Amino acid sequence: MPRATSDAKLLIQSLTKAYAATPTNLKIIDLYVICAVATALMQVAYMGLVGSFPFNSFLSGVLSCIGTAVLAVCLRIQVNKDNKEFKDLPPERAFADFILCNLVLHLVIMNFLG
Amino acid sequence: MATAALDFLPAPLRSLRLKTKQQELLLRVSALALIYVLAFAVRLFSVLRYESMIHEFDPYFNYRTTLFLSENGFSEFWNWFDSESWYPLGRVVGGTLFPGLMVTAALLHRLLRALSLAVHIREVCVLTAPFFAANTTLVAYAFGREIWDSGAGLVAAALIAIVPGYISRSVAGSYDNEGVAIFALLLTFYLFVRAVNTGSLAWALASAFGYFYMVSAWGGYVFIINLVPLYVLVLLVTGRYSQRLYVAYNCMYVLGMLLAMQIRFVGFQHVQSGEHMAAMGVFFLLQVFFFLDWVKYLLNDARLFKSFLRITLTCVITVGTLALVIGTASGYISPWTGRFYSLLDPTYAKDHIPIIASVSEHQPTAWSSFMFDFHILLFLFPAGLYFCFKRLSDATIFIVMYGLTSMYFAGVMVRLILVAAPAVCLISAIAASATIKNLTTLIRTKSKSPQVTSGKTTGSKAAAKGAVDQSLPFQHNAAIALLLGAFYLLSRYAIHCTWVTSEAYSSPSIVLAARGHNGGRVIFDDYREAYYWLRQNTPPDAKIMSWWDYGYQITAMGNRTVIVDNNTWNNTHIATVGRAMSSYEDEAYEIMQSLDVNYVLVVFGGVTGYSSDDINKFLWMVRIGGGVFPVIKEPDYLVNGEYRVDKGAAPKMLNCLMYKLCYYRFGELTTEYGKPPGYDRVRGVEIGNKDIKLEYLEEAYTTSNWIVRIYKVKPPKNRS
Repeated sequence: MPRATSDAKLLIQSLTKAYAATPTNLKIIDLYVICAVATALMQVAYMGLVGSFPFNSFLSGVLSCIGTAVLAVCLRIQVNKDNKEFKDLPPERAFADFILCNLVLHLVIMNFLG
Repeated sequence: MATAALDFLPAPLRSLRLKTKQQELLLRVSALALIYVLAFAVRLFSVLRYESMIHEFDPYFNYRTTLFLSENGFSEFWNWFDSESWYPLGRVVGGTLFPGLMVTAALLHRLLRALSLAVHIREVCVLTAPFFAANTTLVAYAFGREIWDSGAGLVAAALIAIVPGYISRSVAGSYDNEGVAIFALLLTFYLFVRAVNTGSLAWALASAFGYFYMVSAWGGYVFIINLVPLYVLVLLVTGRYSQRLYVAYNCMYVLGMLLAMQIRFVGFQHVQSGEHMAAMGVFFLLQVFFFLDWVKYLLNDARLFKSFLRITLTCVITVGTLALVIGTASGYISPWTGRFYSLLDPTYAKDHIPIIASVSEHQPTAWSSFMFDFHILLFLFPAGLYFCFKRLSDATIFIVMYGLTSMYFAGVMVRLILVAAPAVCLISAIAASATIKNLTTLIRTKSKSPQVTSGKTTGSKAAAKGAVDQSLPFQHNAAIALLLGAFYLLSRYAIHCTWVTSEAYSSPSIVLAARGHNGGRVIFDDYREAYYWLRQNTPPDAKIMSWWDYGYQITAMGNRTVIVDNNTWNNTHIATVGRAMSSYEDEAYEIMQSLDVNYVLVVFGGVTGYSSDDINKFLWMVRIGGGVFPVIKEPDYLVNGEYRVDKGAAPKMLNCLMYKLCYYRFGELTTEYGKPPGYDRVRGVEIGNKDIKLEYLEEAYTTSNWIVRIYKVKPPKNRS
């Protein structure tokens, strides 16, 4: 048991230390992702309280949060300078793709909201 | 070399001398252009032989809805409630069809009108499928180039242009969902593989749109939403996880799912149906993989990461299985529907759902069908698999999986040979292209004099080939012989495909042709004759009862209300019609009164020898009717398990409504020289009950070859 707790403490310490070293632009994207997922969880909790009618509105709300979170993670992957697979991709192109996908996502959500 | 060959040309043309790259481009573009025209032209046999008309049954519904869409606009179409079919229930057309095909044809029609080409919408509908087949060849070229190289792409385009498995459902006049759906399927797969190869969000977005087009076009989109997650799973299991895969799958899944839910017929199935749960499961699995990958990169320490891995995995697996168990047990996640479950368990439909089992396209495939539809591709397919395994990459793994899964399903149901056709063409193209490339390389290397002594290997390919050439002196000739053999096989393939298209897949089914005694062609146009009689000689609110096969054609061409049609969404209603057809005349009259039936239509082939008539389909009517109404028992109509219509037939068979309507006045007719009157040419026997009297119906119309017979239901007698 003490081995496990000391392991866990060591784990958390090294994680926080390594995370503090990431560049600021990636941290901003991470914050955006966390906000979006938190919004989705709040919507699910609200659905648990009042029921899921109309279902299409609930789905569109949750999926818009999850969708934009996922797209932000994709942007983070493409913009991260340590990623060897994407080193030929200019970050402006990655951001433009992100904006385009978000535009399509939200247009569909607006149609689906009912 | 190329420059010397052109020296005989006059001076101005010599300046057109192209470099090798430009020559190659010219060859490729002209080959693709010819393939495009070929794919369109080979599908035009029935238009040239008969006329430009819509074939079969389902396309008539698609044509009717496209006509409605082009006349009334998209909003009316999307909210259309059709009261002319499934009387008295009606049908919510807007919410129960796949609109992709109709919208595509209406848009093409509008585009042509905008270019001042005033064509009728029927012409556009007839030629939609060949046009999209030609576009599919272009997509196949791009896909082949993505997987292997441009040579394989060209061969794939050529093979898919004429493969009979695809032609069977995309011939001119076959205005059905599959004509457009196969184009959408291949396009989605190509865009997804490109997204995985490049890791770009833009390509993943394009593949999400391709998926949306597929969902709007055909119910077979379930194949995509299961194959792509299976492919991702295989990549994860074989250790090929990469961040390109993450980007591609996530963007395609989320955007594709949202877009797909805009189609009313699909609705919320992506989050509620068991058939779509694999995609969601893989989505969550991919998030876990990405998270673990990122933590591993952050920690940089193997021991700590192992303990972290243990904690996360146990959490994830428990949560996942819990969610799945709760979802399935509480019934929130619906199980696999009968149509798709019968693909996994082929015996399921025969025992439980007779209406699915009765469709001839849903039967298991015979070996001869495979040979008929694929020809040489059957043995090029394993060869292509070998080449793919030799050069494994993300793209080749995909095409191998597509090929193997689609071949399995093609073995279960004849109709699904269509889905396997593009995969088989692509893989065979890899085999053909790689083999021909190797053979031509062998022919083009000069045999060098041995500069290299026997023991040394310089590592250069030419020297090694020189050494090999030394040991096998006839290699050059053998390569030429093999190359000639390959070209012979490909030419036989082309001949076979053209023959198959001309003989087997170009019949309109609504117009029948046969050879007369003197060898001349005889055309039977009875179906259209009967529908036009209905259109012109019955009151506009007349209701027609017939078996469900003819429903779409009656509403489209006869413009009258029907009781049941090919949509087969209400099994009880169809069973009621089946019960009416299999009961005695008085019981059937009560059922027809309750349904407000004015006319009854039956199809009878005994005079012409046309074997797809209602007497041959009768046992299915009994089975489907008996499935809902136990008063109809199949053994009542059989004698010792045998289905007979002659003197020895069961008494219930000889007096049921279907028998009476088909054979009314047939006992006086002589159909064949030397046979007694009332000789049924399809069953090959003299009928048992020749003296038929109808009490509640009267004959309204019989077509010139007795194929379609229409009866009027008499109103109830006046009380005296």
